[in-house]
Amino acid sequence: MKTLEEIKAAIEAAVPGAGVEIVQNPGPAAQHSLRLQPGSAFEVAKFLRDDAELALNFLSNVTGVDWPDKEISEKVKVTRAVTKTVDGVEQTVEETVEETRKRVEPGYLEVVYHLFSMTQKHGPVILRMRTENRSDKVELPSMTPVWRSAEFQEREIFDLYGVVFRGHPDLRRILMWEGFKDHPMRRDYVEPDDYDYEPTAHDAVLAKAKAHQAAQQAAAEKGAAQ
Amino acid sequence: MMHSATDMAADPRARATRPEGTLVSDPDDGTELLEVSMGPHHPSTHGVFRMDVALDGEKVARLKPVFGYLHRNHEKLGEGNSYLASMPYTDRLDYICSLTNNWAYALAVEKLAGQEVPERAEYLRVIVGELTRVQNHALSVGFLLQDMGASGTPLMYGFREREKILDLFEALTGSRMMCNYMRFGGCRVDATPEWLDATRKVVAGLPGFADEFEALLCTNEILMARTQGVGILKPDLAVSAGITGPMLRASGVNYDIRKVDHYSIYDRFDFKVPLGDHGDVYDRFMIRLLELRQSIGILEQALKDIPGGPVMDPKAKIRNFRPKPGEAYGRIEAPKGELGFYLISDGGPNPYRYRVRPPSFVNLTVLEDMCLGHNVADVVLILGSVDIVLGEVDR
Repeated sequence: MKTLEEIKAAIEAAVPGAGVEIVQNPGPAAQHSLRLQPGSAFEVAKFLRDDAELALNFLSNVTGVDWPDKEISEKVKVTRAVTKTVDGVEQTVEETVEETRKRVEPGYLEVVYHLFSMTQKHGPVILRMRTENRSDKVELPSMTPVWRSAEFQEREIFDLYGVVFRGHPDLRRILMWEGFKDHPMRRDYVEPDDYDYEPTAHDAVLAKAKAHQAAQQAAAEKGAAQ
Repeated sequence: MMHSATDMAADPRARATRPEGTLVSDPDDGTELLEVSMGPHHPSTHGVFRMDVALDGEKVARLKPVFGYLHRNHEKLGEGNSYLASMPYTDRLDYICSLTNNWAYALAVEKLAGQEVPERAEYLRVIVGELTRVQNHALSVGFLLQDMGASGTPLMYGFREREKILDLFEALTGSRMMCNYMRFGGCRVDATPEWLDATRKVVAGLPGFADEFEALLCTNEILMARTQGVGILKPDLAVSAGITGPMLRASGVNYDIRKVDHYSIYDRFDFKVPLGDHGDVYDRFMIRLLELRQSIGILEQALKDIPGGPVMDPKAKIRNFRPKPGEAYGRIEAPKGELGFYLISDGGPNPYRYRVRPPSFVNLTVLEDMCLGHNVADVVLILGSVDIVLGEVDR
C-alpha cells in the first residue's frame, strides 16, 4: 500500500486545496491518520473510494471522540517596569517575573473513520474530522452516501455525542429513545438522579443514594404538609 | 460541495429504498400501507428487537429496525474501568461467542501496548476461537430452521453439539458462556493434557455431526423453497455497507480477516474460504455449514501442532497497566463478522476512548434492502440469516 505521505499527495493532486494533515500516533501501534477539512472531506472520501490503486471501498468503523475544553496553565516570563526605592532614591527598574497564566483550549468533537480495501486487501487508512466546537457548531459532512456502512454508525454518534451529519438520509437517535435529551457519551454528561438505588449501595453510590433519598423524603413531607 | 439525491440514485451501491409514497400495488385501487410493529417480543427477533414494517398486502414496502432496548452504554463503562476490568464485560457483548470477544479486545490492547503473545497461547486462542465458531454456526443454523417452522429438531442437533463444546469451555475457563479467558499477552490458565485429549475427542466427533446436519438440511425441499432467491444481497451493496463475515462471503466477496490480516498464527493452517454465488438466505445458511467444516480442519491441525511453553508473556504487566499515549484499532474475524476494538490511551490506567465495532450492528444496515418486496413471513428468515445478537447490537 502507498505510504500515508503518498496518499496525502494523491489526495492533494485530486482535490486541490483539500488541506489534509497527517496526525502522528506516538504509540507502538503506529497507526497514523489523516485529518480532513470538513469542507472538502466529502470529495476526498469519494476519491479514496474510487481511486483504482487505493480502492478503499470498505468503511469498517466510525468512532466519535469527545475532547472537552482543556484548561492549560503555563508559566510565562514577563518583563515589566517596577518602581522601587533603591538606596532611598525612587527608580524605575525593569524586572523579569515568572507568572502562571491560564488559558482555555476550546474543545471539539472528533469523528474517526477506519477504511480498508476489500479488493486490494489493505488498510487501515484512518481519517479524522473535527467539529468547530462542542455546543453549536457541531456539523460535519456525512459519509453515508459514499459508504453505506456509515449509516447506523453515524446515527450512533449523533445519538451519543451530538455530532450533526449534514447529508445523512435518516439522522435519528438509534440506541437512546426518541425524546431523550443530552448525549451520554460526552465526557461531561451527568447522569440524571431519577431512579431509586439498590439496597447494596456503597461508597460513591451510597453517598448518591443518601442524597437522592433525602430529596425524596423532603418532597414527600412537603406534599404531606400541603 | 454536497452530493445530491440524483447522484446517489445512479450509484449501484446506494440504498434500495423505494421513492417516498410509492406502493408495490396500484395506488389507484384504494389500498393503503398497513404499518405493523414486529417485536420487540416477537420470538423470531432473537432478543428484544423491533421492526417498524409497512406492508402492502403481504409484501414489505418499508422496514426500519428499532433497537437499543438492551443498551447499557458499554463504551462508557469501558472508559470508567481499567483495561483489564473491561475484559469480563466483553463477554457480554456477543454472549454466544465470549471467547472471540475476549480475543478481539486482547488483540487491540496488545497492539496499543506493543505486547507479544507466546506461541502456546496463540494456539490455545485459535483452538477456543474455532470451537466458538463451530458452536455459533451450529446454533445460528439451528435457530434459522426454528424460525422457518422446523420446530425443535435442527435446533436441538445444534444445541447437542454446542453442549459438548461448552463443557470444554467450562473445564478450561470455569464458565460455560462468560469465559473471561484471555489476558493482554496470553491466556489466563494453561490447558491440561487431559483437556487437550478431551478436545481432540470432541473435534473427532464434529465431522460426523456436520455430515448428519448437512444430510438432514441441505437438500430439504421446504428449506430450499423458502430460502432460495429470498433476501438477495448484491456484492456491491454488501461491500459498501460494510457487511462482514459469513453474510459478506455468501454474496461472493472473498474477504476473510484471518486471511487478509494474517493475525495470530492463522498463516500456519491450511483452510479455505467458502464463497456463495447468489447472496440469498440459502447461501448464508450454506456458508455457515461450509465454514464449520473449515473450522474443524483448523482445529485438527492446531491440536496436532500445539507446542509446550508458557501461556503468558513473562514480561506482561498485570498491575498498574498503563499503555503509552496513542491509539490502536485491532480486529478479528469473529463468527458473525469483523469484530474490532478501537482504543485511545492518554497514558492513564483507563482507556480514554473504548470503542467496539460490532459486526451484527453493522450487518443490520442492509436489513431493509434485503426485505423490500418480500412476504412478511420471509422477513423472519432474512433476519435469522443475518445472525444477530442483541447484546452486541445494543451494547
